[in-house]
Amino acid sequence: MPKYKVMSGNYAIAYGAALSRVELVSAYPITPQTSVVEKLSELVDTDRLRAKLVRVESEHSALAACIGGASAGARCFTATSSHGLLFMNEMVFWAGYARLPMVMAVITRSIGPPWGIWSEHTDILAQRDTGWITLMVQTNQEALDSVIQAYMIAEDPDILLPTMIGLDAFIVSHTAVPVDVPEQEAVDSFLPKNRVPGFLLDTDEPKTMGNLTYPEWNMEFRYLAEEAMKKAESKIVEVDRKFQKAFGRSYGGLVELYRMEDAKYAVVAAGAHAGEAMEAVDQLRSQGIDAGVARIRVLRPFPKDALRSALGNLKGVAVIDRDISLGLGGIIRAELTSALYGLKRPPHVKGFIAGLGGRDITVEDVKNAILVTTRSVEEGQDEWIDLREEIL
Amino acid sequence: MDRPQGGDIVMVLKIKDLPNEEYWLGGNPSCHGCPASIGLRIALKALGPKTIMVVPAGCATIIQGAFPKTSARVPLLNIAFAAASSSASGVAAALEQRGIKDVSVLVWAGDGATSDIGMASLSGAAERNANIIYVCYDNEAYMNTGIQRSSSTPIGAWTTTTVTGKMEGKKDLPSIMMMHHVPYVATASLAFPLDFVEKLRKAARIQGFKYIHLQAPCPPGWKFSSEKTIEVGRLAVQTGSWIVYEVEDGVYRLSTPSLPFVNKDRRKPIELYLRAQGRFAKMTEDERGRFMAAIEENWTAVANNQKTGRIFSSR
Amino acid sequence: MTLKIKAVPFSTPTLGSGGDTSSWRTERPVLDEAKCINCLFCWMYCPEGSILRGEKVVYIDYQYCKGCGICMNECPPKAITMVKEG
Repeated sequence: MPKYKVMSGNYAIAYGAALSRVELVSAYPITPQTSVVEKLSELVDTDRLRAKLVRVESEHSALAACIGGASAGARCFTATSSHGLLFMNEMVFWAGYARLPMVMAVITRSIGPPWGIWSEHTDILAQRDTGWITLMVQTNQEALDSVIQAYMIAEDPDILLPTMIGLDAFIVSHTAVPVDVPEQEAVDSFLPKNRVPGFLLDTDEPKTMGNLTYPEWNMEFRYLAEEAMKKAESKIVEVDRKFQKAFGRSYGGLVELYRMEDAKYAVVAAGAHAGEAMEAVDQLRSQGIDAGVARIRVLRPFPKDALRSALGNLKGVAVIDRDISLGLGGIIRAELTSALYGLKRPPHVKGFIAGLGGRDITVEDVKNAILVTTRSVEEGQDEWIDLREEIL
Repeated sequence: MDRPQGGDIVMVLKIKDLPNEEYWLGGNPSCHGCPASIGLRIALKALGPKTIMVVPAGCATIIQGAFPKTSARVPLLNIAFAAASSSASGVAAALEQRGIKDVSVLVWAGDGATSDIGMASLSGAAERNANIIYVCYDNEAYMNTGIQRSSSTPIGAWTTTTVTGKMEGKKDLPSIMMMHHVPYVATASLAFPLDFVEKLRKAARIQGFKYIHLQAPCPPGWKFSSEKTIEVGRLAVQTGSWIVYEVEDGVYRLSTPSLPFVNKDRRKPIELYLRAQGRFAKMTEDERGRFMAAIEENWTAVANNQKTGRIFSSR
Repeated sequence: MTLKIKAVPFSTPTLGSGGDTSSWRTERPVLDEAKCINCLFCWMYCPEGSILRGEKVVYIDYQYCKGCGICMNECPPKAITMVKEG
């Protein structure tokens, strides 16, 4: 029986972490992440969550505390955005390469200068090389559910990879909608109690973690991590299915497909603006354009096979990147075209840069993008949506 | 109560009371006469196997040896340069969460990791009163990367990045830690190892943030022959240049090794200490003057602290 | 038997993690047992733990001794002398 509470995406994340019985929360405030940790602090202070709060003095320390905590056997959680994520980047690599299960929420926010607090995905995409499984949610409900799924995936002995969950600043993080909060007992039946092995720092069997490793040994650790990433693809799908059985909700595994069965064109997007895309697709369908949405739910491991099978036979794909890699263009567009390489008749891929610095991505924007895709012949450069030519 | 009362039995620690077990194994890659290796051997005899070490980048990283071997016979977490205090905070929190109460978390960090890149996380962990023992083994430069200056390098000292001698004075880390009002701050010397052992054991019995600053004379970095590591450390104390003390629960106490040197006339001439090390060979008169002035100021502070007794009460 | 690595990079405690550090010596400490007063200073100060405690006197284990000379320098009765290797 679903129990709905109206809450923001940030509170949904906090409840997801609390239901997952996290044991150590270490975080540093940054807009728009703050309410995640505020809610968790409240849950700890009112004895609804038995966890240690380490109120660190920087994001770098926040993730370091989680790394220490996970190495000593605790289920750890943190959250951050933008500059906080960039500041902890060294430790993001560290946690990934150390194969330490933990979950981090990233409220995706643009990077300065100039300062901006609104949504952009460049920050979370800048972590794509770090060895973290990376999910990007569309809704508040998915945010809550993904935290629970994330621990299930991360702590799996075959996986052992930290997992980050991205949610759009303000659009998801601060917009309050009804969210079904599962019962604690139901989550306990689904997610086993903390499986993070404490063996790493065990005084009965002393071991040293991560000391100097010469070239003849070093590479294989990275190979094992890559193998785990490959296994994670099927594990993510499996966990999503199990979640469906237990809670009646699922998110399409790696790529959520909307009206793709007979689509000739598709929008590829990650995060909240997939919602605008779905609305745009509905409107275009009524105009006779067979469009669909392939929402990339999982950025790492990059779902190459799922995307090839979803998009391989299409005429055209509009990729709407709410991010940019200066000198390359849209990151998701670049990764997608690389994933489609080798197909006998790949779809025509048109890249769009939109919503940087938090500018609104509207249904009209997406519709136009699809229409442009149907009309364009060459790949060309990424097109900028809603660029204010008059101020240039 | 500090002084033994009549009837108290005072257990004076003797060398033979130290356990025979080795928790820091020999044949490790440290340089001849390495003070970090000596310090670790002694520290782990003091604390025993129920110790989890956290080691940021530095000499202590490399002297563990290379995978798949390590010279540490206690669990050891290697961590990024700036992150020792915060990751140790996480370890301590996890142990507490798991109900494990008999294990000490020992950070073993060099002066670079402590005084420079890790300063913010050190301050944060101290302010939060994280339940860890933080030992800074101070060889007064970035030795692991080839002897570059740190904020803990003394004035006038040669390093590869201060070839004409460091122009700034040595950052006073123990005082900074004292001003965080943590339960325990101490300085120690390898020339007085039993004092170091007692301080570590005392720290292990205290809940909260404990800071011990250990002088670590480094043969290649300070430029002296490897057999003199302990001798140079002893000269530091005997010339009054290194002051051994502790601040327990806000109460200042000069430690036994430094008590004789309150009296300026009892201190050996500073030249003995400076001439024993090649890094001071080109020290200018001005630098020497400032070095001496800093020592004088430190002893003035000792006198003030002894008079005040309780330096702080609040936390 | 080649060591197989696990996902997480960890090492196990081993004597001689620096290899054959005895080859680093240019001179070796030699103990005159008659002079040894078993004060254990050398045992305490040795960076490698190469001095072992005995019944009446200490014993020098040359397997990993690097010949740093601290034991010689700190010995109160000067019972240890450094002798050139080779």
